[in-house]
Amino acid sequence: MEVYRKAVALVSGGLDSMLAAKIVQNQGVHVEGLNFFTGFCVEGHTHAIRTSTDRPNRNNALWVAEQLGIKLHIIDVIDEYKKVVINPKHGYGAHLNPCLDCKSFMVGKAREWMEHHEFDFIITGEVLGQRPKSQRRETFPVVARESGAYDRLLRPLSAKLQAPSLPEREGWIDRDALFGFNGRSRKPQIALAQRFGLNDYSQPAGGCCFLTDASYSGKLRDLWEYRGTKQYDFDDIMLLKVGRHLRPRPNMKLIIARDAGESQFLRGYRRRFTHLFSVSHSGPLVLLDGVDCDDNTRLAARLTARFGQGRDAASVRLDVVYSDGEQRQLNVRPLPAEQVLKDWYL
Amino acid sequence: MSQHRLDARYLLCPLPVIRTQQMVDELAHGDIVEVICTDPGALNDIPAWCRVHGHELLSAGSSGEDIVVTVKVVGTTR
Repeated sequence: MEVYRKAVALVSGGLDSMLAAKIVQNQGVHVEGLNFFTGFCVEGHTHAIRTSTDRPNRNNALWVAEQLGIKLHIIDVIDEYKKVVINPKHGYGAHLNPCLDCKSFMVGKAREWMEHHEFDFIITGEVLGQRPKSQRRETFPVVARESGAYDRLLRPLSAKLQAPSLPEREGWIDRDALFGFNGRSRKPQIALAQRFGLNDYSQPAGGCCFLTDASYSGKLRDLWEYRGTKQYDFDDIMLLKVGRHLRPRPNMKLIIARDAGESQFLRGYRRRFTHLFSVSHSGPLVLLDGVDCDDNTRLAARLTARFGQGRDAASVRLDVVYSDGEQRQLNVRPLPAEQVLKDWYL
Repeated sequence: MSQHRLDARYLLCPLPVIRTQQMVDELAHGDIVEVICTDPGALNDIPAWCRVHGHELLSAGSSGEDIVVTVKVVGTTR
């Protein structure tokens, strides 16, 4: 009796993982996809918060799964992922991106899933030499070992540059139909996509993770520094994606919505933070993270007025709603632009 | 067949999809889940997730500030 082999593919929503899954699928292997939600994923997220966006309003991992005709399981790893971000064994990349630990973690989670669901091997879209931190000749074995996947990890795009994996040695996969892509050029992948008839795919210029972003990493470092502890919860990392972040004083930070979509999103945090909004003019919802003493509240109010339509008015009336529900109204003069210091911006 | 309601308001995609997936995992064929969301992305993502897994999308639309997506479970998630 013929045995149908089953592979689980890490699907980010980008081109490489799509191609890797397609290559294996073309060999008659049953493929299902896994997509891990760490909380730092760029994919399908802040696009949804902002009011206007020129990006397609879709989850690219689901889109890829539809194009390939495979199931996609989106897994919440927010809590487990904290140990990767807070204390990465292999350190950070250029910013707070723990890419090598992250890859080992994700392949490790895929291995657990594979074992639980009695699948045979794991597919990733890794390309040798593509990422300076995690996709190098020296790091490929590290990921295989630390994830516990060992030779059940197949990287179809660069397989020919590696020793044959178990699926190749066992004849589940024809090694001749795999590839030997190497380096940062995207041309081989684009050509292969054309060959497969795949014309619509995502290629995020800044990667798929906020931790590779200098501005985001700066805000996370600020959070850790002023909290005095290298911890975070889910709401913390979500809020770092939204709005302008200003820290005018060590004991206060403001999160200022940039459009109606962000104001709507920040409304969900009204009970956790003291918040302010103008009632005499239209303007953003602003969250005050820190000490809401009179002095800080007044500065927050003047800044809230500064970022609203009343910025040039002599006086702006605002509602201040404290996190305990108490409410007051303030009339303030908007803070002049020259008094909003550059180094307040995170 | 049983009816269920999932409050996924103020969650951003893909969390409404993940919560839907988790609930559907516990349900039986023919059960119905009404998912209440605020992220407009759910209007695309939950139907896409249904297509990928073969569940039936009964309706998807807005109701005031909320977005309501109704899914009928077909088979099981796996």
